[in-house]
Amino acid sequence: MTGTFLGMPAFPQAAERAVRDGQLRANLRHATHTIRDKRARAVAELPDWAELRAAGKAIKDHTLRHLDRYLVQLEESVTAAGGTVHWAADAEEANRIVADLVHATAETEVVKVKSMATQEIGLNEALAAEGITAYETDLAELIVQLGDDRPSHILVPAIHRNRAEIREIFAERMADWGRPAPEGLTDSPAELAEAARLHLREKFLRAQVAVSGANFMVAETGTLVVVESEGNGRMCLTLPRTLISVVGIEKVVPTWRDLEVFLQLLPRSSTAERMNPYTSLWTGTTAGDGPSEFHLVLLDNGRTAVLADQVGRQALRCIRCSACLNVCPVYERAGGHAYGSVYPGPIGAILTPQLRGTTSPVDASLPYASSLCGACYDVCPVAIDIPEVLVHLRERVTEQGGHPMERAAIAAAGYVLDHPALLTAAERLAGRTRALHPRRLPGPGRAWTDTRDLPEVPAEPFRDWWRKNRP
Amino acid sequence: MTSRDLILGRIRAALGEPAPPEEQPLPRHYLTTHAPDEPAALLDLLHRNLADYRARVHRCTDVELPARIAELLATRGTRTVAVPPDLPPDWLGAVTAERLADDGTLTAARLDAVDSVVTGCALAIAETGTIVLDAGPGQGRRLLTLVPDHHVCVVRAPEQVVASVPLALPRLDPARPQTWISGPSATSDIELDRVEGVHGPRTLEVLLVTPA
Ligand code: SF4
Repeated sequence: MTGTFLGMPAFPQAAERAVRDGQLRANLRHATHTIRDKRARAVAELPDWAELRAAGKAIKDHTLRHLDRYLVQLEESVTAAGGTVHWAADAEEANRIVADLVHATAETEVVKVKSMATQEIGLNEALAAEGITAYETDLAELIVQLGDDRPSHILVPAIHRNRAEIREIFAERMADWGRPAPEGLTDSPAELAEAARLHLREKFLRAQVAVSGANFMVAETGTLVVVESEGNGRMCLTLPRTLISVVGIEKVVPTWRDLEVFLQLLPRSSTAERMNPYTSLWTGTTAGDGPSEFHLVLLDNGRTAVLADQVGRQALRCIRCSACLNVCPVYERAGGHAYGSVYPGPIGAILTPQLRGTTSPVDASLPYASSLCGACYDVCPVAIDIPEVLVHLRERVTEQGGHPMERAAIAAAGYVLDHPALLTAAERLAGRTRALHPRRLPGPGRAWTDTRDLPEVPAEPFRDWWRKNRP
Repeated sequence: MTSRDLILGRIRAALGEPAPPEEQPLPRHYLTTHAPDEPAALLDLLHRNLADYRARVHRCTDVELPARIAELLATRGTRTVAVPPDLPPDWLGAVTAERLADDGTLTAARLDAVDSVVTGCALAIAETGTIVLDAGPGQGRRLLTLVPDHHVCVVRAPEQVVASVPLALPRLDPARPQTWISGPSATSDIELDRVEGVHGPRTLEVLLVTPA
């Protein structure tokens, strides 16, 4: 990943700030609990959820085991359908490819549909350095962009903002980016959405180049899939002449049929809907319908390093539904920004340190930003055992030794342990969740856990240990 | 070395030993459908689920269809209506609004000034309340159903209604660009308040049509 979030304080400092911010915490709590409850109802509608989850996990694992083969097949299918495939080993190369493609169109503006991969590589900043303006078109991303801010949640990136703040951002900043906000704009969500519709429509109608990500890519057919709610995705995928999609290599699935699993798992687990309002599927280019030029940029940027770790590799199954954020007691209090990357919450705690390595304080502290309660594993639609990976990564951080890293890490553990409410919540959840918790605590806690199984561990002794050992 | 070779090489190195080609078939123990296998019940389910996500759902027979379309457009106050070039001609038989058939030259800017669009669909999925457009007969190009603010979509029952996602995919051609629509455009980005309509059509009306 690039330096979008460089200079971030390590998790505990950033989290501390969030915890003190009453507004932020209230927003987060409301958001996570609302989605959590809705999601439980949407999932309960399907009696075969467990089987779908098992299939989702198996398909992703199978794909990862043959990732080279499926990527080559995908390349053939996309090319045969009129698209062009580019391979980007890292963020810099991906940004270079996109910038060159935009330059080739002689355009200086692109419209963007929300994509975590392009946030991960800092594409907007890289394009700006080349004189190209990237307009975010997802409502939440627009709020983030106009507010000079950072996303804090995968699904609702502006969840840390309330309606009054959004009104202010629109009223003050829209004019700098294009059509100003209407006079007398109030903070009713309908009016704010209308202001965004008007502001962005002129951009959609004018745009010649769009940049997107994708939720899935089908190797067999070369089809890309974008799942969304607002219609800004459809606008970006349909109206411009040139479409550039930047997609992580782990997003490939083998067959068209496999979509029957993921198009059931993702909407229910993410927005808690039977189906999200809009899903776009396209295969290369179609004469007379949609973009006449389609480029697919396949992004590695650390993913192959994750693949090499047999325990950590399961993080690549992630379909970015954000369910794990919404059940996480640490996320609920710390907020998305504390995680110091575009991937917040439990998935960020295991994905970011693997993509970027554990050489910066914030990355080294991430595996400790958890109480290992296991609620994230329970809700994950592709059954990623996040606690297992967290424990594994803690071992890695400890092994690399060195003081700043370890201190940051221990401070994160301390953050979790110093907030008793977190542990209480965690324990309550753990009680009715999974039977299988990591058996031993690695690192500083190891000597103490060597003799006993973690599930029986009462919180108190660890906290005692913590008080004795805190830096 | 190209980046392609580099990435593929990294993947092979990460995986170590090539996985054995003969693997167990993937476990697919989930259900093919969660809905009753009975056309009338399926249509009711589709109706309920569409309405639940705030599409406006109407029912009529094929004989009544032209009058119902005309009525919906009149109620809306539609002055111009865009249609795909191959929309069955009788569908608009009773419509008085100005008709704009897309001959492939309609631009987004032109469509932005159009009041309504009327199309058919490829199929509809009852369990999820989803309408699938695949730019096939009576549906037109993707931008046609995207830019106008009012979309009237005709679903022919029972032949276009399937129960579930697993039953829908085999009937769809991956080579065609597809839009799956489940209710009108919506956002919950502001304090999780659901607001209908940001960029796509803010009003979606679905006509479920059965034989007379
Ligand atoms: S880790 Fe699982 S629950 Fe979390 S975002 Fe990814 S798929 Fe969803």
